[in-house]
Amino acid sequence: MLIVSTKHIDVAAECIPTHQLLNVAGERVPDRELDHYVAKLTESDLADFLRDMVVLRRLDNEATALQRQGELGLWAPLLGQEAAQIGSVRATRDSDFIFPSYREHGVAWARGVKAEDLLSVWRGAQSSGWNPNEVNIACQQIVIGAQTLHAAGYGMGIKFDGTDDVAITYFGDGATSQGDVSEAMVFAASYQAPVLFFCQNNQWAISEPVALQSRTQIADRAQGFGLKTWRVDGNDILAVYAATQAALAHCRNGLGPTFIEAVTYRMGSHTTADDPTRYRKPDELEQWKAKDPIDRLVKYLHVIGADVQSYEQRAQNAADELAAQLRAAITAMPDPAVDELFDNVYSEAHEPSVRAREGYLGYLAEFEGEGH
Amino acid sequence: MATTMLKALNQSLRDALTEDEKVVLLGEDIGTLGGVFRVTDGLKKEFGEHRVVDTPLAESGIVGTAIGLAYRGYRPVVEIQFDGFTYPAFDQLVSQLAKLHYRSRGRVKMPVTVRIPYGGGIGSPEHHSESPEAYFAHTAGLRVFAPSSVQDAYTMLRQAIASDDPVIYFEPKRRYHEKAEVELATPENDSSPKAKVLRAGDDVTVVGYGPTTYTLMDAAQAAEDEGVSLEVIDLRSLDPLDIDTVAESVKRTGKLVVVHEASRTSGLGAEICAQITETCFDYLEHAPLRVTGFDVPYPPSRLESHHLPDLDRVMHAVDTVMRHHEATEGAAK
Repeated sequence: MLIVSTKHIDVAAECIPTHQLLNVAGERVPDRELDHYVAKLTESDLADFLRDMVVLRRLDNEATALQRQGELGLWAPLLGQEAAQIGSVRATRDSDFIFPSYREHGVAWARGVKAEDLLSVWRGAQSSGWNPNEVNIACQQIVIGAQTLHAAGYGMGIKFDGTDDVAITYFGDGATSQGDVSEAMVFAASYQAPVLFFCQNNQWAISEPVALQSRTQIADRAQGFGLKTWRVDGNDILAVYAATQAALAHCRNGLGPTFIEAVTYRMGSHTTADDPTRYRKPDELEQWKAKDPIDRLVKYLHVIGADVQSYEQRAQNAADELAAQLRAAITAMPDPAVDELFDNVYSEAHEPSVRAREGYLGYLAEFEGEGH
Repeated sequence: MATTMLKALNQSLRDALTEDEKVVLLGEDIGTLGGVFRVTDGLKKEFGEHRVVDTPLAESGIVGTAIGLAYRGYRPVVEIQFDGFTYPAFDQLVSQLAKLHYRSRGRVKMPVTVRIPYGGGIGSPEHHSESPEAYFAHTAGLRVFAPSSVQDAYTMLRQAIASDDPVIYFEPKRRYHEKAEVELATPENDSSPKAKVLRAGDDVTVVGYGPTTYTLMDAAQAAEDEGVSLEVIDLRSLDPLDIDTVAESVKRTGKLVVVHEASRTSGLGAEICAQITETCFDYLEHAPLRVTGFDVPYPPSRLESHHLPDLDRVMHAVDTVMRHHEATEGAAK
């Protein structure tokens, strides 16, 4: 009989340790390796982190609501992963190029993608919510793990060009089982390319627990490919930010590819089409709610004596404004014009495509004026 | 000076590397060794290891990293060592490379060329003799080229590399040692080559590409000895298909035979026969026929002479459409 335990892996002494700069109570925990990466963060920076995470959570909730109301075809919630996404993307610089999967709404939004453009993909109006050349983020990519190879190739290109940019790719615990992810780590390691592999281990790949993907810590496997690796509490925005800074510095210094396993939790469903009550117990969710990334930062702001109420109010106002504006934009969003169906299949002349377009548009024109 | 197809391909890559510093070659054994067929011989030494890159043994990785390089502004040329090793890269080819221009609404160009030595007739073990072109011709977003001559091997590779669209480039490996005079010219200002009439004729249109064109030219000679005139068309580009050149011919001959090494069902032949039936129905004197590999996995090499379309099978199809023609002509008289 094939038995897959859902019990988390016993962490042996030689495993990579999990960095944490803020404990669950919001108290600052010293970390010799990572402390200096957060030393320059001001209270104002922390307040910005809070605002980002609160606005992002609101964006996520609004998107779920819009899906329930029929305005979106589907939505993949990121609830619970706010610190992993904001903490990492805020550590990058604009010229670093990001290769995301399909749940990195926070990464794209933080880089300036408008919320309605993000949601337009999930509404079915287009297949990419942004221009990759404007925000230095590749199109969102849905085949699990495939984008990691694009990051490896992009990193090879950075190395050929001799700049100190970094290619960053986001993927989940489930993706680590894909051959492409292993191949990407092999290529990046072989060429010592500046690539940061950022794994959000949110414990679940739809209904499958992380124990089905890996019998060791994911971070330990990455180390086996020769990548400099960190494992962090992914619900601790300071730890995520610091580890990402460390990893990016390693890449920029020409020391080769890096890997971060951010241990977090998908508090929502896989997508709005999913029902997590079929495969996970309610008490697990309760345990993780106690580790909520936003609550954690709020607690820390209290610990350092900040005017938390005003920061929260400011974040709430920004969230309300975004939600109202997003709802108005999505409900008014027109469907694309019919001829966009045929646009951009090729970038150069392609006669059969031209004929297909002309044929279909001519067919539609036959019905014009019939009033249907 | 006469040169081999291998050397013509080598020169084509050399010229592309010289003209555009964004051209990089990726593949297994292509650097120090010069490729298992020596297509890239000497290029690493000449252009350096950052232009001619030996890769780990992972086809998905090769195509996937080429996509990343294209995102970065490079113009990668990938070698898949043998046709049968294309499939590990299938997702990257079909779901990523083919779709990125469409997915990005034209913002991301994918000028990637994927060279694949393909086809049988060289006595190889399994996975070294396949003809997977239909998968890629079926996939929107990819261009598919299949040169047959030494000159086309040079020129069409230049066109493929110059194209801003991804091109799957099928090289007829059993013709690698074919020799001919080659003119080293810059590519025509056209993203895809048109079909070419290799030999004009009046009685039957025979269509092929890649390695089969040689069989078709032999058939035309044999047919001439029997008083039958074949028009031989080399498709050159399988996507886009230049169906107009085929249709123009069939409208004169009324008879069509399509030949390829790939298996029959849902192959390129089926598509060509369907399009010709749609566009030339009133001109046809006989149903279009296909002469193809059988619907079997590529067989052990001691059986491949039965699997590959040969002169006799092509002539049999020609005889079939001609007999019908003669019978109806006779009845009319």
